[in-house]
Amino acid sequence: MQHARTGKAGDEVVALDVAGVSHSYGPKRALNDVSFSIAPATFTVLLGLNGAGKTTLFSLISHLYDTRRGSIRIFGHDVSRASGEALRRVGIVFQARTLDLDLSVYQNLSYHASLHGIGRHEARQRIAALLGTVDMQGREHDKARSLSGGQMRRIEIARALLHRPSLLLLDEATVGLDIQSRAGILATIRKLVETEGIGVLWATHLIDEVEDGDHVVVLRQGDLVAKGKVADVVKASGAGSIRDAFSRLSRSEAAGIAETSP
Amino acid sequence: MSAPAMPEKVAAVTPVKSGAFGLRHYLICLKGIIVRECLRFLHQRERFISSLVRPLVWLFIFAAGFRQVLGVSIIPPYKTYVLYEVYITPGLCGMILLFSGMQSSLSMVYDREMGNMRILLVSPFPRWYLLLSKMLAGVSVSIAQVYAFLIVAWFWGVKAPPLGYLFVLPALFLSGMMLCALGMLLSSMIKQLENFAGIMNFVIFPGYFASPALYPLWRIQEASPLLYKLCLANPFTYAVELIRFAFYGQIDWVSLGVVTGCTLLFLGGAIIAYDPSRGLITRKQGTGGNG
Repeated sequence: MQHARTGKAGDEVVALDVAGVSHSYGPKRALNDVSFSIAPATFTVLLGLNGAGKTTLFSLISHLYDTRRGSIRIFGHDVSRASGEALRRVGIVFQARTLDLDLSVYQNLSYHASLHGIGRHEARQRIAALLGTVDMQGREHDKARSLSGGQMRRIEIARALLHRPSLLLLDEATVGLDIQSRAGILATIRKLVETEGIGVLWATHLIDEVEDGDHVVVLRQGDLVAKGKVADVVKASGAGSIRDAFSRLSRSEAAGIAETSP
Repeated sequence: MSAPAMPEKVAAVTPVKSGAFGLRHYLICLKGIIVRECLRFLHQRERFISSLVRPLVWLFIFAAGFRQVLGVSIIPPYKTYVLYEVYITPGLCGMILLFSGMQSSLSMVYDREMGNMRILLVSPFPRWYLLLSKMLAGVSVSIAQVYAFLIVAWFWGVKAPPLGYLFVLPALFLSGMMLCALGMLLSSMIKQLENFAGIMNFVIFPGYFASPALYPLWRIQEASPLLYKLCLANPFTYAVELIRFAFYGQIDWVSLGVVTGCTLLFLGGAIIAYDPSRGLITRKQGTGGNG
């Protein structure tokens, strides 16, 4: 698997740059002037309660919706103007399950490979390697329908990595999974950041998925209320822990922090 | 609350272009979409069986029953009197394309609701190409169904000139494209799967019955001038006539023009509708998840 693109020598690369992005559904404002950037080989947690705007932001980054106010760049490529170049560098795991249940694991992954112009021979090799990465080797011919929720997520992660992206977006990837599955998936993704240099944007409302070395971006009802390293966000919010910080940052609109159980 | 500053400074860089997709990559993408559509169709046995049973019921039961009631005079492209079964066979081919085209768009609504559609739409290939590929995949499946029906009809004694089975292929393709494009355009306007049933009733049945699929246009004109005008305004009318003439190695130029024009119109509409910057999808869709 290739490492993240390094761009021009001497510059530090931006994997994802979100600048002044706003989005509305009719009169309802979902995102309000959100700006942040993430570097390659970093694990950034996008924190927010339900309705904070995480999924809307993912839809804009993945060009399902057009960015009408502000701009989103992936490794310098504007998502609206050069969506093809931008989307080639990003792998996405959506919140909703997106496997075709009638097809086998291999057929699902092979379909995704073709959507990225990867030939059959190359796809077969990559699929075999990635199923090992997500600990699902030997399951190629299983019907997607026969997999557990955690296994489906692993296959979706393998699929998102199939075209060797430099940036990985995961929207509430562990929702609905048991503790063991959650921990396993999180460990797999964190390992990818270390070994492959992939930048990760991990959207969640589960505060126990945040580790001290992570970067966090906190959304509250469409507004960005904090961003930076965990220690800096905790310090700036005057809290004793990231759990307390998230609680305070979310407080004005919500009763408390999200439950950490799935 | 103010946002604490991001401590690390990252600088923008000149974007580096990766190698552009070549023809080979486009063909791989097209093949992948067609293979997936075929696999889905084969895995859904009920869909395969019902796609065959529907026209065969019309051919075996309806046509046999109405053979004596609905006489067909000698009208182009026929040079002699034909059995009613022979007359309605092009219409039944059109019916397969119509149902299949709508079913294909139904699957798009389903895919969109279930999230599968997102996988297609976040592909780096141009959106218009992805939709065109999806249409070609749908048409390929439709044409396979038509030929399966024609084989059974052949054994039932309903036979076209041998070369007609070859000549009809372009007509089936073009008509299938028009109906798939219409279905795709309709699917972009529908937010939920439940709403699609209404559209089916307003599109499929009027489209099918207000056409020369079951009875010649001159008979409709005699019965109701208003219905005749509706038939003339119905694109499906021209699809049926294009197929009918093609079976006999002839081209109905008016039908060819109308079907081609409607295909381009519907396809253009669908591409605009699925374009995130201009389309209906953005306006129709609410938040995709909890966040």
